[in-house]
Amino acid sequence: MGMLEVSHLKKYFTTQKAVDDISFNIEKGSIFGLLGPNGAGKTTLIRMITGIFYPDEGEIFFDGKKFDPINDVVNIGYMPEERGLYKKMKIGEQAVYLAQLKGLGKHEAIEKVKEWFIKFEMQSWWNKKIEDLSKGMGQKLQFVTTVLHDPKLIILDEPFSGLDPVNSNLIKDEIYKLAKKGATIIFSTHRMEQVEEICDHIILVNKGQKVLDGSVNGVKQQFKENLFSITLDGAPAKVSSEIFDVLGGEENNLVVKIRNGHKPNDVLQYFIQMNIGVLSFNEMLPSLNEIFIKVVEGTPLSRQFQTVTA
Amino acid sequence: MNKIWLIFKREYLTRVRNRTFILSTFLFPLVIVLFIAGTVFLGIKGKTNHRIAVIDANNYFKEYLKSDSSLAFVYGADIDTSNYEQKGCTAVLIVPELKEGHKAIIRLKYKKQLGVNDGSELESRVNNAITDHMIFQKTNITRNKLDSIRSESDLADVRSFEDNGKEAKASSQGLAYGIGYASGLLIYILTFVYGAAVMRGVMEEKTNRIAEVIVSSVKPFQLMFGKITGIGAVGLTQFLMWIILIIILVTGAQAFISHETLSEMQKIQEANNMGNPSAARVSEGAQRIFEIKSTLATANWGLIVFCFLFYFLGGYLFYSSLFASVGSVVNEDPQEAQSLMLPITMPIIFSFIIMSMAVQDPSGPLAVWGSMIPFSSPIVMMARIPYGVPTTVPWWQLALSMALLVAGFLFTTWMAGKIYRTGILMYGKKPSWKTMWKWAMK
Repeated sequence: MGMLEVSHLKKYFTTQKAVDDISFNIEKGSIFGLLGPNGAGKTTLIRMITGIFYPDEGEIFFDGKKFDPINDVVNIGYMPEERGLYKKMKIGEQAVYLAQLKGLGKHEAIEKVKEWFIKFEMQSWWNKKIEDLSKGMGQKLQFVTTVLHDPKLIILDEPFSGLDPVNSNLIKDEIYKLAKKGATIIFSTHRMEQVEEICDHIILVNKGQKVLDGSVNGVKQQFKENLFSITLDGAPAKVSSEIFDVLGGEENNLVVKIRNGHKPNDVLQYFIQMNIGVLSFNEMLPSLNEIFIKVVEGTPLSRQFQTVTA
Repeated sequence: MNKIWLIFKREYLTRVRNRTFILSTFLFPLVIVLFIAGTVFLGIKGKTNHRIAVIDANNYFKEYLKSDSSLAFVYGADIDTSNYEQKGCTAVLIVPELKEGHKAIIRLKYKKQLGVNDGSELESRVNNAITDHMIFQKTNITRNKLDSIRSESDLADVRSFEDNGKEAKASSQGLAYGIGYASGLLIYILTFVYGAAVMRGVMEEKTNRIAEVIVSSVKPFQLMFGKITGIGAVGLTQFLMWIILIIILVTGAQAFISHETLSEMQKIQEANNMGNPSAARVSEGAQRIFEIKSTLATANWGLIVFCFLFYFLGGYLFYSSLFASVGSVVNEDPQEAQSLMLPITMPIIFSFIIMSMAVQDPSGPLAVWGSMIPFSSPIVMMARIPYGVPTTVPWWQLALSMALLVAGFLFTTWMAGKIYRTGILMYGKKPSWKTMWKWAMK
């Protein structure tokens, strides 16, 4: 059994089926990508997982047991997309306060905050106020307050927005470290290149329903279009075959699409027979970005309001 | 429970540590004292003295119209309606021939109004003058005789005693009016001040986008409740500091009372006990202080302070959760808050109007009903209590009013909590009344 198991979750609002029968499973220690266009129902889904909303239907199992919001929130760290901190409160006090709200004792909280502040080189910030910080510094602090209490499940909604590449990497490294130490991470974003880089497993949600579920590689395989790029040692005069179509490329770099019923080896054989040397031959897998657009495209960009009868 | 305590502590400490809290705690009483002193000062200083010219062909009034520095009457053949201003008079009183059994009209001509008080004073002096005139005409009493009768007739003081069946307690209507009005006004102001503080606090959490972060650790209701109680505790702290300040000032003032005055006051006390207040021959100062002291002693301070605290807290809890729910549904725009606040501020302002009537007629139906309904009871009941419990306000009324207020704030907190928990996470459009009603009833 995984860290988090969601089965047939539903949440209907008066004008929208925000989450309409979604099920998935997250393995312990994995980094899980929750993707979807704006208004797909991600935030509602996350709010149910964090115990902010009660689902209308369906069940959530947290660490093998039925999810109990009051006691389990201690083990969850949630960094919402709409996030912020008290502007007028001192940074150190604020971090300690948020940790205490998660259930840490005062001394324990202070120790943890100090530890993290040293890790992120923020010791000198303790007596500053949030209004003195830049946006990026604020995001860093927000991340610290999210993971401070060693949660088993960390939910990060657009964690890198507002961060420069250096600080992005710092946080990325921390995410890896936390996952390695056994924390499970749900990562929600629109930035597909980050998902490809970080996540093990993804689901794609659209219009309140799950439309994709699988490992990053599995999803790519599922959407591959048998495209290959070939580098030849000489430019062939004319390439034509019933095995494949040339879709693009120039001179000795070609992009080909293998027709149904043929194998990559057939392509290699063709060039060998033509007596043209093959320098490289690579499968071109679609990027998540392309998959995302392909899946979501064709559905209206913004969700229409609907009347819910349930 | 532990989490509510944490939120409570944060709300309380950040506010109490704030410099504006300390300043306002000490400045508020100072401003009030200055305001009262200012009005009294201006009332004395700003009073204009009027000279009234009297055109009285038959000399009907000359001997009888009482003149003093604030309202002086001048007679002269050379003064008429055209030149009274040059002669330094504010107005001119034209007296026709007065005959018995015939109502005549005395005209007062002026360019500038005398004012309500001076006007009615003038009227009563004119009427007294006519009465005096007739007394001399119809009886053989001399003027000196009448004056001496007047001064000798000061034989008795009217003192009021509150009769609660067992004992009669000295009371003072004036003091009850003062305390009633002041505490009603104070609760009215504090409800607004602290209600608005709760609303601003909620709006701050929403616009800073920290609401969702906190709500993922605690329940929205805990957040709201911790905030309301924390700010309420700030209010209590402030009130307590005012009481301490008053006690210090009063004891400080008492230290300036000399030994002689104290022993003189002792004498008045003894004379009063003998039933003959005029027996003690003492200085006017001692008399004054004794009067203030004995008037203040007529009030049941313990009960008044307790009820004030109860109704302050009850009213605050009743309204602050409503303020919190308004704060939770508005976005950055303070104008939205204005229009949403109206249904909350209206009953508070209305209660204040009822209170100012109740304080004059504390047993009337308006006062009784106003002090029962939780919307207005915190302000209105405080106007009645100083008149005496259980005489003016029977125990059952006080108990019922308190119970209804507790039920009332439990209800508003419950309802507002539902609006709050949805509103705090909503960004974008302000919800309509209908949607908010749906949230509350869900």
